[in-house]
Amino acid sequence: MQKQPSFAMEEYNFAFLDEGSKREIRRSVLKGIAIPGYQVPFASRELPIGRGWGTGGLQLTLSLLGKEDCLKVIDQGHDDSVNAVSIRKLVETSSSIETTEDTAEASVIQTRHRIPEEKLRDDQILVLQVPEPEPLRRVEARETETERLHGEKEYSSIWVRLYEDIVRYGEITIGADYPCIVHGRYIFNPSPIPRYDVPKLHQADGLYLFGAGREKKIYAVPPYTDVEPLQFEDYQFEEEEFNGESCRLCGSDNVFLDEIYDSHTGTKFYQCSDTGYCHKMQKQGGVT
Amino acid sequence: MTSIQIKGETLMKGNNLEDKPVLRVDQLTKRFGPGCSYCEHEELKENYCPVCGSVRACSNVSFDLDRGEILGIVGESGSGKSTLVKSLYFDQQVTSGSALIHDYKNGEENIFMESAQQQRYIRNYIMGMVYQNPHLGLKMDYSSSGNVAEKLISAGHFHVGNIRDRSAELLEKVEIPVSRMDEQPRRFSGGMQQRVQISKALANNPPLLLLDEVTTGLDLSVQAKVLDLIRSIQRELDVAMIVVSHDLGVIRMLADRTMVMKQGRVVEQGLTDQILEDPQHPYTQLLVHSLL
Repeated sequence: MQKQPSFAMEEYNFAFLDEGSKREIRRSVLKGIAIPGYQVPFASRELPIGRGWGTGGLQLTLSLLGKEDCLKVIDQGHDDSVNAVSIRKLVETSSSIETTEDTAEASVIQTRHRIPEEKLRDDQILVLQVPEPEPLRRVEARETETERLHGEKEYSSIWVRLYEDIVRYGEITIGADYPCIVHGRYIFNPSPIPRYDVPKLHQADGLYLFGAGREKKIYAVPPYTDVEPLQFEDYQFEEEEFNGESCRLCGSDNVFLDEIYDSHTGTKFYQCSDTGYCHKMQKQGGVT
Repeated sequence: MTSIQIKGETLMKGNNLEDKPVLRVDQLTKRFGPGCSYCEHEELKENYCPVCGSVRACSNVSFDLDRGEILGIVGESGSGKSTLVKSLYFDQQVTSGSALIHDYKNGEENIFMESAQQQRYIRNYIMGMVYQNPHLGLKMDYSSSGNVAEKLISAGHFHVGNIRDRSAELLEKVEIPVSRMDEQPRRFSGGMQQRVQISKALANNPPLLLLDEVTTGLDLSVQAKVLDLIRSIQRELDVAMIVVSHDLGVIRMLADRTMVMKQGRVVEQGLTDQILEDPQHPYTQLLVHSLL
């Protein structure tokens, strides 16, 4: 049998990244917080996971973590899917800090495409992985041009995109990653979270950080900041609706639900998307 | 009278002072190339600098445009007609010179020195532009009403119902059937595309409209239709226009006053009838004679 290669973790710095890199990322974060929604460029580092697999979020997490911190990692609501597990393992081996599956216990939460059901407290930071930070990329391919449009606050093109949706389909068809205005200035992509999660960003208690490793951008929604989804006066922003369905495991009906089909019988059932929350509810409700 | 709040200053729109020109252009110069001490100080025989190779597309162009007036600009290709209107619409940065618009800060600020954001405001509210090539002025992937809506949205309309009513009204004015308002301009004929451009340019009731070779490339009957439309819009809305054309027929039909350009310079200007019937400058004489 082949021997597992040994990995001398003690040769690495705490939390993998060197202090210089962490410093640069923290400075970008501070700038992002100072200008809500502004995409701060940063020198995205190489990591032992591929770009596009959460490297932006991971760099934020690694540079924010201290020895006292407790980390939770979620991938589309799940604590145990591949992306979440490998990121959690990397942090565990490189920093040996505590990790958890309970939202309330964590001080830093890295997430892909969901915001946990439990409300973020003011001492918690949510780090979101972002595949495409540029909301105007939907209408403009050139980076130089989108930078200028942001600078001049010229957003009519993305509004026309929404108008075209209404003309063609009778409604706005952007599902996840719904563009929002933050504090009346910048339009930003909240990463591909469902529309259900967008209102959680508005005047929140916690800090939301967004990292795009491949696109080399960091941006932030600080606590108590206005976040307004783009909407027309007569075509309002709408969240996903579940028509009174509830989770088959914990019975919650006020959460974002995954639609799952049984591959044998073909029947459809609903289940909490946030597994950590679901486990908690099951325990509380006495369901085993 | 409506007032618009922008950056803490109140701008008056539709302030009707007949005696003041809508647009006053002074010593507008546009040079392509680096420029050198020779061409910046010496009087050039041609618009091409023999030392550094820079081209002076417009040199020291000055004119006034009154409210509701149509100014025609004629000249051969390369004479700087399009450069002039494109500079006025901020598509190109001017080298030197000033332009004052009466409806913008009462004509006290040189619009070329304003910030990019203010220039966008001027483009959206105070000027409308119709390009020779509809691809420059329209987004071909969007619907026609969406193209008009872009202007309305940048003017702060966020009610889809109202936007659609207004764009239907505008498109009807240029004789695009309401049933086709959601079609993409790429599916329209050239004349229709040109008319969509006109309705887009008129969306926010600008006091000034720039038309760059609007009828070039259209067949004669469509040309006549577009010209009729421009004429009727001018009468109805009392909007001042700058019409660029190398076609003297277009100028004769539309323009009250005409400016003749050659190698970036204005060689003659005056009432259109006067220019066409009694040309003084040899170049204008040549131009008029080549037509007849």
